[in-house]
Amino acid sequence: MAVKFDLNEREVWDGNYAASQALRQADVDVVVAYPITPSTPIVENYGSYVANGYIDGEFVMVESEHAAMSGCIGASASGGRVSTATSSQGFALMAEVLYQASGMRLPIVLNVVNRALASPLNVRGDHADMYLGRDSGWLQIGAFNAQEAYDLALCAFKIAENPSVRLPMMVHQDGFITSHTAQNVYPLSDEAAINFVGKIQPIDDMLDFSRPVTYGAQTEEDWHFEHKAKQHKAIMDSKPVIDAVLAEFKELTGREYKRVETYDMEDADVAIIGLGTTVETARVAAKNMREKGVKAGVVAIRCFRPFPLEEVREALKNCKAIAVTDRSSPGGAMGAFFNEVSAAMYTSTNRPIITNFIYGLGGRDFSIAEAERIYAEQMAHIEAGHITTDIQQFSGLRGPKLGFFRTERS
Amino acid sequence: MTEIRWHSRAGQGAVSGAKGLGDVVATTGKEVQAFALYGSAKRGAALRAYNRISDEQIFNHAKFMNPDFVLVIDPALAFTDNIEVNEKEATKYIITTHLSKEELIEGIPALKGKEDRVYTVDCVQISLDTIGRSIPNAPMLGAFVKISGMFELDYFLENMARVLAKFPQKIIDGNMKAITRAYNEVK
Repeated sequence: MAVKFDLNEREVWDGNYAASQALRQADVDVVVAYPITPSTPIVENYGSYVANGYIDGEFVMVESEHAAMSGCIGASASGGRVSTATSSQGFALMAEVLYQASGMRLPIVLNVVNRALASPLNVRGDHADMYLGRDSGWLQIGAFNAQEAYDLALCAFKIAENPSVRLPMMVHQDGFITSHTAQNVYPLSDEAAINFVGKIQPIDDMLDFSRPVTYGAQTEEDWHFEHKAKQHKAIMDSKPVIDAVLAEFKELTGREYKRVETYDMEDADVAIIGLGTTVETARVAAKNMREKGVKAGVVAIRCFRPFPLEEVREALKNCKAIAVTDRSSPGGAMGAFFNEVSAAMYTSTNRPIITNFIYGLGGRDFSIAEAERIYAEQMAHIEAGHITTDIQQFSGLRGPKLGFFRTERS
Repeated sequence: MTEIRWHSRAGQGAVSGAKGLGDVVATTGKEVQAFALYGSAKRGAALRAYNRISDEQIFNHAKFMNPDFVLVIDPALAFTDNIEVNEKEATKYIITTHLSKEELIEGIPALKGKEDRVYTVDCVQISLDTIGRSIPNAPMLGAFVKISGMFELDYFLENMARVLAKFPQKIIDGNMKAITRAYNEVK
């Protein structure tokens, strides 16, 4: 029996500590970990909860992130509730095994504290690692502050382990900006948390010797395609389960999450659409712009995979100009998120003006003033009736302005 | 919204100080943020820590701020770091130093003309006397409590003792003395 952990109704936690408390309360059986900045405290705290008797679990230290995810796969296939955390280079080293986990339909929860990818070496937050995981077959959900890192980690177990989903899930938070920023967090009691998450129901448990199963089988052109199609369909079909779990969480806590969230969008002419902490900073800027008479709003992608194409289209359907923000180096193309939002809006009836901002790489600050400048630029596009700048611009960059691609106009 | 910027060196406890302050502020029902800006954390490297305090949920995640309070807990950084950067007309400075206020301002041109909003306290000496080590964060909290008027001293001490509960009693007592002494000595 685990020792009781004293919790206050109101705590001041950073995102890492909040996520680690969610792992403790969800009664995670196994964490296999190789620590990396800035996600280290998540697995470090879980290890200390095990060592101090606050949880009956196994903390397995291994030699690399590749081994960490491999260990998670073994533990999950054996029927345990399994989680770990990583960032950046660690995430990159895990990449090969991420596809194994999703292909085997193992409901592992991976806490990803987003950090830039080297080179140059950088420990701060951008979304390069999150983007690296976007085709890996995992569900991806994003927290914008420490409270949400806690809330969504609890929800993730319930979504991933749902028998009709059975897919691994990443819970993202921004490195340092969320992971190392302490703020008010209102945790559930241990009892309320575990009642919400529930017990894991093992499916095709590998240690059930009366019913042997195989994980990681080989399929060539005869069946591989069908397996991958089925996996994609399972990701698409997870939407109602995600919605139901988030609704149940709201019922319990009053805190509402949606796969796409909108702020001040009812009558908005201009919008910033983004991921992570940027969303909250942009919300402050939108309020300021409204005081200046500009109808500005914010659209947030809470659930990055499955990508909420219809919900994005619905959220932006009356908008005239949209700034899509990508916090990852695009590597010779438009931002990946820009492409996805543009694809959604190409099939809309309003066909708004859409531009792309690359920003915040390696933890570069994204200020309220810069968000306001972006809104003002969107207003200029509307007045001119076309994009007045390069389609892709770098925001917050030192030195001369950098932008690429122009609209074709007759 | 009250915004605070700490100037410190890694190891002097600005990050813990900012988090401790946040912890106490939260007990009053307000919302807080405590975060820091440091590179690869080497002891002695200059760093900045930040607090935001508000009656409503804090959405701004930018590092940029126009601080209401600048707390300098390393005596040399007052001279070498740009402690006045992004200041407002009402920004208050609390600086740890063994110098008198006049001597300090004489050496820092950026503070000239701001005598009425510069406060001094010798956090290093106070922490040496009370805690036995140069940990100037606790005394700075005492000075901040006095200058900001945000809390009654007793309320702050009581809640700070709770935040420090995991430490040995001797350390807690030392911190309580340090906070009280700086509260009384800041000028």
